[in-house]
Amino acid sequence: MRASTATSKSILLEYIIKRRWLGNGLLILVGLFAVYRLAVELINNPILFFQQVINGLQLGFVYALIALGYTMVYGIVRLINFAHGDVFMVGAFISFYGVTRLQLHTWVSSVFPSFPPVAAQIIGAVTVVLLAMVTCSVLAFTIERVAYKPLRNAPRISALITAIGVSFFLEYFGALSFVFSPNFITYKRPFDVTTWYLNKGGIASLQSGQAIPPGSVIFSNIFVIIVISSILLMLALQYIVRNTKVGKAMRAAAYDKPTARLMGINVDGIISVTFGIGAAFAGAAGMLYAIAFPQVFFWMGIIPGLKAFVAAVLGGIGSIPGAFVGALIMGQAEVLSAAYISTPMRDAIAFSILIIVLLIRPTGIFGEPTREKA
Amino acid sequence: MKKIQRGTLVFAIGAILVFAIIQVLLSLQILNSFWFTIIRIGAVMAIVSLGLNLIYGFNGQFSLGQWAFYAIGAYASADATYRWTQLHSALGVLVLLFAVVLSGVAILLIGRWVSRIRGMDALSQFALYLIATVLLVWVAVLLGKALDASVTAFLASLPKNVSLQIVFFVCIILAGLLAAEVSFLFGLPVLTLGSDYFGIATLGLTIIVKVLLDNSDTMLGFPEMKGARGMIGIPKITTWFWVFTFLILAIVITRNLLLSSYGRAIISVREDEIAAKAMGIDIAFYKTLTFVIGSFFAGVAGALYAHINGFLHPNTFNFIKSFDPLIIVVFGGLGSVTGTVAASFAWALVLEGFLRLWLPEGFETWRFVVYPLLLLIMMLLKPNGLLGNYEIAYLRNLIPPLRNKNENQTPPPPPLTVATDTQEVKS
Amino acid sequence: MTTQQTTSVPLENTRSGETIVLEISNLSKEFGGLKAVYNFDLSLPEHSLTGLIGPNGAGKTTVFNMVTGIYTPTTGSIKLYGEEITHLEPHEINQMGIARTFQNIRLFPNLTVLDNVRIAYHTHAGYSMYDSILRTSRFSSKERELTEKTQDFLSVFRLENRQEEIAKNLPYGEQRRLEIARALAANPKLLLLDEPAAGMNPAETVELMDLIHFIREKFDLTILLIEHQMRVVMGICETITVMDFGEVIARGTPKDIQSNPRVIEAYLGPGAAALSEKFKRKKSQ
Repeated sequence: MRASTATSKSILLEYIIKRRWLGNGLLILVGLFAVYRLAVELINNPILFFQQVINGLQLGFVYALIALGYTMVYGIVRLINFAHGDVFMVGAFISFYGVTRLQLHTWVSSVFPSFPPVAAQIIGAVTVVLLAMVTCSVLAFTIERVAYKPLRNAPRISALITAIGVSFFLEYFGALSFVFSPNFITYKRPFDVTTWYLNKGGIASLQSGQAIPPGSVIFSNIFVIIVISSILLMLALQYIVRNTKVGKAMRAAAYDKPTARLMGINVDGIISVTFGIGAAFAGAAGMLYAIAFPQVFFWMGIIPGLKAFVAAVLGGIGSIPGAFVGALIMGQAEVLSAAYISTPMRDAIAFSILIIVLLIRPTGIFGEPTREKA
Repeated sequence: MKKIQRGTLVFAIGAILVFAIIQVLLSLQILNSFWFTIIRIGAVMAIVSLGLNLIYGFNGQFSLGQWAFYAIGAYASADATYRWTQLHSALGVLVLLFAVVLSGVAILLIGRWVSRIRGMDALSQFALYLIATVLLVWVAVLLGKALDASVTAFLASLPKNVSLQIVFFVCIILAGLLAAEVSFLFGLPVLTLGSDYFGIATLGLTIIVKVLLDNSDTMLGFPEMKGARGMIGIPKITTWFWVFTFLILAIVITRNLLLSSYGRAIISVREDEIAAKAMGIDIAFYKTLTFVIGSFFAGVAGALYAHINGFLHPNTFNFIKSFDPLIIVVFGGLGSVTGTVAASFAWALVLEGFLRLWLPEGFETWRFVVYPLLLLIMMLLKPNGLLGNYEIAYLRNLIPPLRNKNENQTPPPPPLTVATDTQEVKS
Repeated sequence: MTTQQTTSVPLENTRSGETIVLEISNLSKEFGGLKAVYNFDLSLPEHSLTGLIGPNGAGKTTVFNMVTGIYTPTTGSIKLYGEEITHLEPHEINQMGIARTFQNIRLFPNLTVLDNVRIAYHTHAGYSMYDSILRTSRFSSKERELTEKTQDFLSVFRLENRQEEIAKNLPYGEQRRLEIARALAANPKLLLLDEPAAGMNPAETVELMDLIHFIREKFDLTILLIEHQMRVVMGICETITVMDFGEVIARGTPKDIQSNPRVIEAYLGPGAAALSEKFKRKKSQ
């Protein structure tokens, strides 16, 4: 046999091949290089490094909220919902209009002037978020009914094409001057930014005009808001998926649609609800993103949407904790590579990480390994 | 004497007629440069989409990376012709030539060696090929520099137009081969991924290539590509003749490949991977083969595209545009060559032509509002594509009639108990 | 059930001088700790017809998947005519002479009947890719030869008038027949049939049994088949191997197997053997 003659020639060669040394060596080299670069930066300037990590966390939590929509929809209908990023954009715009046109964030203090201002502000902000979430849900619900549902039995690619179409439509329809705007709009935050700094002496707030004390990491209330609201939303989702009837139906439908149907689950309804929930999260993410990077633009959904999608795949598409972990990795990867490697290359690095992870774990970090069935 | 089938004859005559009519219309200036560009873009898209249809429609590998290879072909060929026309140096062509040929030979040799020692995983093979190609590209640069002066002198001695056409033709082929080799390297590890994951990884490639092109002047070391500012000064030499020739070649190659044992093996991978494996088909080989051929088409198309407007910008190659060939392939009907070609021209005419002309003044921005709406309506009405499985006679898989029963002496064996002459069957 | 007990089912010693086509020894497969197949031994003499039976989930199809290379065994070895094939790729194993059918028919659904079988011939096509792209005379002659060979082959399976039909549109029985035809087209030495009679009515089953006998003679095959219909197994198999929970629990001729208490237990549950003994005794009384 050819195999035996070749292997007897060189035991070393066989060893190298069996252990996959060449391929793994390549991966290890890449990994070592990344670790080395990060370690060097960490030792040289730990403060800057931690600052980047905090920035990365802020970004990662926003990505996580978007990624949930991708992962839930993919889990249930196996559709890469390219329009999701644009739903996120719509959410940002709705919150923008909620704040600037409707002044929704101040409704409590204008109706009940005696209300404590902090509580009034929180209620107002929650109202704006809810408005964005509900609008996005309704939008996604409509999209699902109009563009995806009629294609449920068509080849999977048809729905993907309509998703791309919907994405184009939302972008360019939004770009019309009477809808949103073809230009960048500055987003006026509905609250003042307070910054804290953290160093060996503990946490203290940074007064305006005060220079950042050396050796300290700064973070703002934006960071706190993003992290807290993302975690709250994530916990809410976890509760919905684990403990409610709808959540159980969702999991059943994701596992096996025909059987779920036989068990009396209204699968079409559940799919719509999934789209709605995912979009609500995207809407909330849209507002948080707009607060963090105070600008809204009709194309703003594309790149965060794509990153969040990558995050969902990285974590194992279909898995909710996976989307969360993937998004945090993505946020760190983006910020750290922008800081330490090259800003323009950060998208390429994000995707390189994705490809490498997929080569090691073909279905993502938390993805169920697929077994070939014969 | 070989009997030429009627379908082939009709196809050949049709092709010549289409070529002649458009050429005459162009010469008589009935088709202005606006429509001329659109027709050429339609043909270029047809070549790209044919490649994608091979990969996705026939081999079942959901790829979003076609656009990356298109970009590679466009920029590689543009750089070489730019150096020839603007810098009067054949260095670009020579380096490209040596790099492509040397790595091509290396890939074939290593491929043979790897298949002999067996059992090597895709990633290790990738590492091996990567080392070899990187070394050989370096060698190619040295060789190119050494031979630059003499080859430049030789080409310059030819009439100007002839030398330009030679350089252009060589560049188109090399661009295709370069794209094919890159796709081989990339596809080797990535083709082991499952369908959607493969699509996502190839989408990643598109984005990586786009980012690299954005920084081509700073990070890749090609100042003439001018990074995100866009490359200018590429000779505008893509004529109707070149586009049409390559389109016809692409159609014929696709058809001849598909209507053969190799084509059937390629299609069987789409139909059922496990069954194909169990039938003795090396699915990894056929996936790579199809991916490489499809990318070759993309590279050729990229080279043709680069020389239409004489201007290249990385934004042309961003991932949003990478859906265009996918849209075309799905519209034309997955697995229909006729449909792909028709849809490419329809796409170019509608999106680049009619939508630009018909929208009233003040409504120009509505082009991309109407386009997705058209997309949605078409998709909802015809989820299987415009032409479904339809093929023109030339491209159809003809089932030869059964031989005459009397001529063929095997008796029908319904009771299935008599052993007949097995020689013929067993071979 | 301890492992000592199960490994005590000995391999039937085959008559000396007989060629062994397939020899499986100590084959095991684990899926994340779950032992799907454990210490499986089997040896198939040339031209034999062996049945592999067992309750659902006993690991029969997993054995098939390992023999055909779709799964890599955790341990053990598989030899075809004495040659190790354990770590080969499925397509190499097929080219070495093992063909199979699948439990839930796996045709190439959107291709014609003719193409389904022509695909199996592709390794013997006899022309290169360049021939096919350039349409050389070699291509045309070899392709015509191949097609005619396929058509003759189809007529052996009485599918010649169906050649233009799309495979998924065929009636069920013909799909089964086409799958067997496709498996045999590559001229294998060993054929693995995974529940060929599943979903067939009694008349079709009889026809299938005829077909299996017929192809064995005509193509000089060794056949290993998984089957649940005892009619088929008992009717055509010369020897039977019974599996339960991934292990071999019995081997022997159909007669031996029918009265083997462990087999009855495996199928009907503990205590069933004693019960059936009782019935038998009652009947005989």
